[in-house]
Amino acid sequence: MTMQSGLATSPTQLRVYAPTADLDVASPPSREQERARAIVSPRDSRTEPGPVRFVIIALALTFLTVFVVLPLVVVFAQAFSKGISSYVAALTEPEALSAIRLTLLVAAISVGLNLVFGVIAAWAIAKFDFRGKTFLITLIDLPFSVSPVISGLVFVLLFGAQGYFGPWLQAHNIHVLFAVPGIALATVFVTFPFVARALIPLMQEQGTQEEEAAISLGASGLQTFFRVTLPNIKWGLLYGVLLCNARAMGEFGAVSVVSGHIRGETNTMPLLVEILYNEYQFVASFAIASLLAMLALITLVVKTVLERRLDEGQIPSDD
Amino acid sequence: MFRRILPIVAGLIWAGSAFAADVTLLNVSYDPTRELYADFNKAFAAAYSKETGKSVEIKQSHGGSGSQARAVIDGLPADIVTLALAYDIDAIAAKGLIAADWQKRLPLNASPYTSTIVFLVRKGNPKAIKDWDDLIRPVVDVITPNPKTSGGARWNYLAAWGYALKKFGSADKARQFVGDLYKNVPVLDTGARGSTVTFVERGVGDVLLAWENEAFLAQREFGKDKFEIVSPPLSILAEPPLAVVDKVADKKGTRAVAEAYLRYWYTREGQEIAARNSYRPRDPEIGKEYEKSFAKVELFTIDDVFGGWAKAQKDHFGEGGIFDQIYKN
Repeated sequence: MTMQSGLATSPTQLRVYAPTADLDVASPPSREQERARAIVSPRDSRTEPGPVRFVIIALALTFLTVFVVLPLVVVFAQAFSKGISSYVAALTEPEALSAIRLTLLVAAISVGLNLVFGVIAAWAIAKFDFRGKTFLITLIDLPFSVSPVISGLVFVLLFGAQGYFGPWLQAHNIHVLFAVPGIALATVFVTFPFVARALIPLMQEQGTQEEEAAISLGASGLQTFFRVTLPNIKWGLLYGVLLCNARAMGEFGAVSVVSGHIRGETNTMPLLVEILYNEYQFVASFAIASLLAMLALITLVVKTVLERRLDEGQIPSDD
Repeated sequence: MFRRILPIVAGLIWAGSAFAADVTLLNVSYDPTRELYADFNKAFAAAYSKETGKSVEIKQSHGGSGSQARAVIDGLPADIVTLALAYDIDAIAAKGLIAADWQKRLPLNASPYTSTIVFLVRKGNPKAIKDWDDLIRPVVDVITPNPKTSGGARWNYLAAWGYALKKFGSADKARQFVGDLYKNVPVLDTGARGSTVTFVERGVGDVLLAWENEAFLAQREFGKDKFEIVSPPLSILAEPPLAVVDKVADKKGTRAVAEAYLRYWYTREGQEIAARNSYRPRDPEIGKEYEKSFAKVELFTIDDVFGGWAKAQKDHFGEGGIFDQIYKN
């Protein structure tokens, strides 16, 4: 029965989102134009001469259209090329539903873990001085600089049957590789820097005075954290979480190595997109891809809103 | 908005498969067999529950034959492997997961269905490609994947070599011929499906060397008005083998079902499923029924011409082997 409700609701959900997505596809150029117009109208000498402005704007627009808008349009056009019913059918296939489920589950796990670790790491780095701090920062950045395929292979070497912990895990019947834990681990590894990286500069900028004040007024460590630190960083934290989430859902390389590609079990959405494409099921493939794109677009819209809040310094004071 | 989304998300996450079978098998296979095993699994599950009253669910994993073997070695819990070539199953056996004599445990080299290598050309065959000789004409662009990474590509390579060996009678001439052929290859994809997509979707090349079943599938998917299949008079007998992964099956207690699964291939029903999916059946009766579906091709085996997979792999595709030498020049 629960399955049934999932089947029935996801298409409607899609339709709800479609306009938002369309809006976002169109909005970057139009916003760009508006800004351009805002600059043009005062006609003062500080701006570039008209033709130069025109060429620059045209270039930027063309670039955006070719590299961002066009690919997005193609994804959606392909997804709907055989009508809405086959689009919906593609998304309600058991394999597709399982991939959606797995992707959301893995994203939830990685966001949860990285939220905790990221805040702790950023807190330690920004608020305290200790030996090896630079090393820790470098370590946090490591997943950014390592190719995702390598990140996946690391886990194969650690937890694979021929790896260091493999024999022990097998003897105790614990499945890490080619199962949800392995996929989650690889995703956590790849997305680790996002939260910490979003918080460190913010926390460093804010300094430690407020915390010191709270402690001198008799607050405990935890009270200080939840009453002072957390409210100060919550927008930055949300921003980091969103980026982390976007990457977690879209990760391909690392997950591909540790997934095992078991149909209806360990295929995430990005993996399924590739599999379906290779099986000539172009509509199904692009349907999943469009769903992923929509998730990404929603994330970006939310991110933009948050960014504005951050820019305008609308960090609400705690009560 | 969140309040509306959350239950949906939660529903999606928790709505696991309500149906739990008595036994679950994992079949780790290679790329082009998706349709084949979708058919076969359904038929086997029905036959098995009719015979024993138990339900069985077969999960599938598909990928490049070599990387699938690697995944099983690294712990992918496959009860059964059904790969593109014996060498890949040998690699799993070498790690002790499968008994070394696996290929003797089932009839016909443990390959209940076979295929061969054919040419897929564009409609009307504009370059008039009829036989292997035509592939080394300088004007012909040949699409085939990289034999270092692709199982199908190794069959392609060995088929060309076997043809040249038979025609010219010496290994030197065969090497010359295969070298000339690879000079006509503009792009080496990593897998058989990649090459098919290059040829079919992107329109690169004049001829695609492909599994017969892949060629038929591409023709079915994209239309007979776009592509023609040319079967050369002589080609290789490609035997994609299968085996129970002893270690996994014994641990999970699924050996009986896994063996029944493989034996089902040798029944009338199994053979018919193979034939319907454009794999050549072994059963002479079914073979006769589907005679018209497959062109008459003289087929040589890898054992006859190359002395088995282990030797072929070492001589031709190993580090610094013949392929490395000819592709460098």
